[in-house]
Amino acid sequence: MRTTGTTGAIAGRLEQLRGTLPTRNHNARTVAALAANPGCARRGVLDAAGIEKTVLADRLGFPARYGGRSPFAIGRGNVFEARVKADGGTELRRLLAETLGANPDAGALVDVEHESAGRPSREERVARTRDALARAARGEPDACAILDHPLLPLDVAGRRAYLEPDAMACRVAGRLYVVEIKSFAIIDGSADPGKLASATRQAAVYVHALRRLAAELGLDPDVVATDIVLVCAQDFSNRPVAVVLDVRRELATTRRRLERLSGVEELLGELPDTLTFDVDGDLAGEAVARVPAAYVPDCLSACELALFCRDEARGCGPGGGSVGTLGTSVRGALGGIEDIGDALALADGTRAARPGEEDVARLLRRAQALRTEVLGAEMPGSQAPGIALPRPVGPPAASRAELSGGVG
Amino acid sequence: MSAIAALGRLRAAATGAAQPAATVRHRHLSARPLVLVPYVLAGEAFAPLAVLVGTDRDRPHLLAVPQPRDRDRRFAHAAELGRLLLPYLGAFAAETETIERRGDDPYERSLDAPQVLVPTAGGVEYLRLLGRSTRFRRTDGEFAVAEEVPLLGRWSTWLADRAGVPGSSVLLAMTDLLTQAWVTGQSALEDGDLAALLAWIDPPAGQRGDRAARAVEGGPTAGPATDPAFDERLVPLIAAFDEAVAAERAEAAGAEARTDLGPRGRDAEQAIRDALAAELMPTWDRVWRGVELLGALPAGGSVAGRWEADRASYSFFAADLADPESRPQPRVPGAVSAAAQLATRERAQARLDAEQVRDDPLLMAAVRLAGEAFRGGLIAVDAERMVAEPGKKTARPRPMLTFATDDEPLFGPGTDLACVERPDAKARVLEAEPGRVVLELRGGMGGGKAPKPGSVPEVGEVLCWTSLIAEFRRGPDWPAVEDTPWTHGGPPPEPEPEVASDPDDDALEEWS
Repeated sequence: MRTTGTTGAIAGRLEQLRGTLPTRNHNARTVAALAANPGCARRGVLDAAGIEKTVLADRLGFPARYGGRSPFAIGRGNVFEARVKADGGTELRRLLAETLGANPDAGALVDVEHESAGRPSREERVARTRDALARAARGEPDACAILDHPLLPLDVAGRRAYLEPDAMACRVAGRLYVVEIKSFAIIDGSADPGKLASATRQAAVYVHALRRLAAELGLDPDVVATDIVLVCAQDFSNRPVAVVLDVRRELATTRRRLERLSGVEELLGELPDTLTFDVDGDLAGEAVARVPAAYVPDCLSACELALFCRDEARGCGPGGGSVGTLGTSVRGALGGIEDIGDALALADGTRAARPGEEDVARLLRRAQALRTEVLGAEMPGSQAPGIALPRPVGPPAASRAELSGGVG
Repeated sequence: MSAIAALGRLRAAATGAAQPAATVRHRHLSARPLVLVPYVLAGEAFAPLAVLVGTDRDRPHLLAVPQPRDRDRRFAHAAELGRLLLPYLGAFAAETETIERRGDDPYERSLDAPQVLVPTAGGVEYLRLLGRSTRFRRTDGEFAVAEEVPLLGRWSTWLADRAGVPGSSVLLAMTDLLTQAWVTGQSALEDGDLAALLAWIDPPAGQRGDRAARAVEGGPTAGPATDPAFDERLVPLIAAFDEAVAAERAEAAGAEARTDLGPRGRDAEQAIRDALAAELMPTWDRVWRGVELLGALPAGGSVAGRWEADRASYSFFAADLADPESRPQPRVPGAVSAAAQLATRERAQARLDAEQVRDDPLLMAAVRLAGEAFRGGLIAVDAERMVAEPGKKTARPRPMLTFATDDEPLFGPGTDLACVERPDAKARVLEAEPGRVVLELRGGMGGGKAPKPGSVPEVGEVLCWTSLIAEFRRGPDWPAVEDTPWTHGGPPPEPEPEVASDPDDDALEEWS
């Protein structure tokens, strides 16, 4: 069942845009990242076309910074997850009993990936996941308690993605819970907010996929809880500790964003019929530039194309580029003026205010007058005070390479 | 963000050169700071990988953990770091001055205090976690660690706690110091990268800041989190080290088991150290270059006063450490100490806000733009004016001052103001209208029937008045811990037993 419905003409247009560019294999992380900067048409079109943006970024001459995870983090994550699930999920059962009141002894832990000999295909794993889900939802007495390595299909922009939650708790008062196992630490009851937010967004993607699957099976989507169980390491140890998180807000964001992906008709309507991103060098830059971007500094941590868009945003306009490159707080202080040169011209009084700009022009002129009063006239290229220092004359790094080891 | 600061960013973006964000330096800069550049292993709650540390730019000490997941090596590293840091941290406690206090006993305050500089805010968090993971360790029993370890933990915790007090200067991130002084033409998010930030402020000769910043992006990171691409290179080096250690152990199996490294192990360790040194050194040099740049800025007038508070905190902490009864800082503070800590920070923030704008005309410009201050020339003085306040029998001197100003203060009548140029003077607004502000002078004139000579400004003086006034209020008297009110959980239970039975202790379980 194709639920996002990029049909006929639109699918053709997207295919043409993509050409031979590789498509992206989505996972929960990349699906969660779709929610960033929803106002960006460029992102909208590229994501809808399913283009692997790292490849495009390379062609544009702005290779994305290393986007991978540290091998140390991956290793630790795997070890921690194995530990939580070891011995038929003893630890996990204890945690589920503590957090959800599940019966720790009832039901088996079923590993969807290793249930039978040989490595099952993706569709086999999906089928087993469906089966387990249906039986658990019907409350069959021999339904499993914990489903390990389930595989969930999710249509992202008309293409099938397979998502792999760490585990599902299947029999807690007739509901199913997504279990997300992360090796980051909860120290004295608090965790790194960034990692926590990212784990929550990912878990919401799983909940979304699982609820769709339930609906496909004719079940009430509410058999899938909108609370998830997050298992983390406690303090500095490998001991797991679990918390229950409400992901309804992230779930709504994910759902909205996935629905928008299929709504690219309007965006496509603005583009030339023959446009394709599958071209080399400067032509690729020109093609991508046809689709307007809404670059903000946050893109640097969310989008592979950010360096290209930043360069474009800095380079446009008469002087210094778009105000948005300096961050939302600067933009907020300028009351709707989008161009750096334009704002400075207002501040310097070299350009008259257009209708509607009178207030911000007055503010900028007063601000500039105060800056001049305090700092003297700021000449283009002027240096900040205190910078005219001699360059350090210390021995070159090479001669200091004999770094002393330890005390002494 | 004020339009003054926003304009600085715009100008920097347009010219490609950083612009001043302040006219003075608002933090104390020690004559002998200690620079600490830490790296931790990715994926672990807290596994130190390496630090570059030292007080001499030309003699950095590199401490590296060739296998950070090995608990023994981790605590040996903490002990080694302790042996380097503790002498520095303790060195300032001996020389003190006696400070008299009204209504309280005098106390000894050290003449100077340590200052630790880290590259980014992540370094502050590093010290907090270092403190949390070491201060409860025991120096005896089954999982004994070296005596430096828990001591270092308590010092690290003090530094990290103190860094949370606004205006404190004992533990500072270089990126914070630089962004206080200069504004770049990139976003605040990008300013978090020390390399790019410093390239904007101090580009190589003949280069524009914006281009220099772009050129250094993607280079070695300032940490403490490593670059995943660097980790890829580190994986085989650590594996080689593990192999070398295993091989040497196997060879020595017949003889007595060796714990120190043989030649092969040392070579493998050296390869790891070389890789880490190459990755850390650029940041080390940048932090010291930042120290130079900041040292060339004059310190704000109130910086020394805030440093006094750091010195007092240092002396109290050092004295507490010397007390055999004292215990490590708790994991989570109790209700009373949390409330006291919060009140301290709020007072420090109010004080910092008021003092910084007084010290710095550029920050004051933003306050003037916001209508909370004005600067103007005194055009009329009624020095003889006397007013009997409601409820008072005798009239007191209340000179009336009329200023002309281009600023547009949003003062209502009755607003109390303080003066930048005349710190003792206190005044109240009588009326404010475009171009003209009339004040009544109410304080700083002595207690006599007539104002003290020189205490009333004269026509022609240009003065800056602001409603941002730091009120130095005494904090409330906090209840004793055992009198914690029931609204706050009541008296806490007896302090937790010693760490032996601590379920958090990672000494009780293996590290994968």
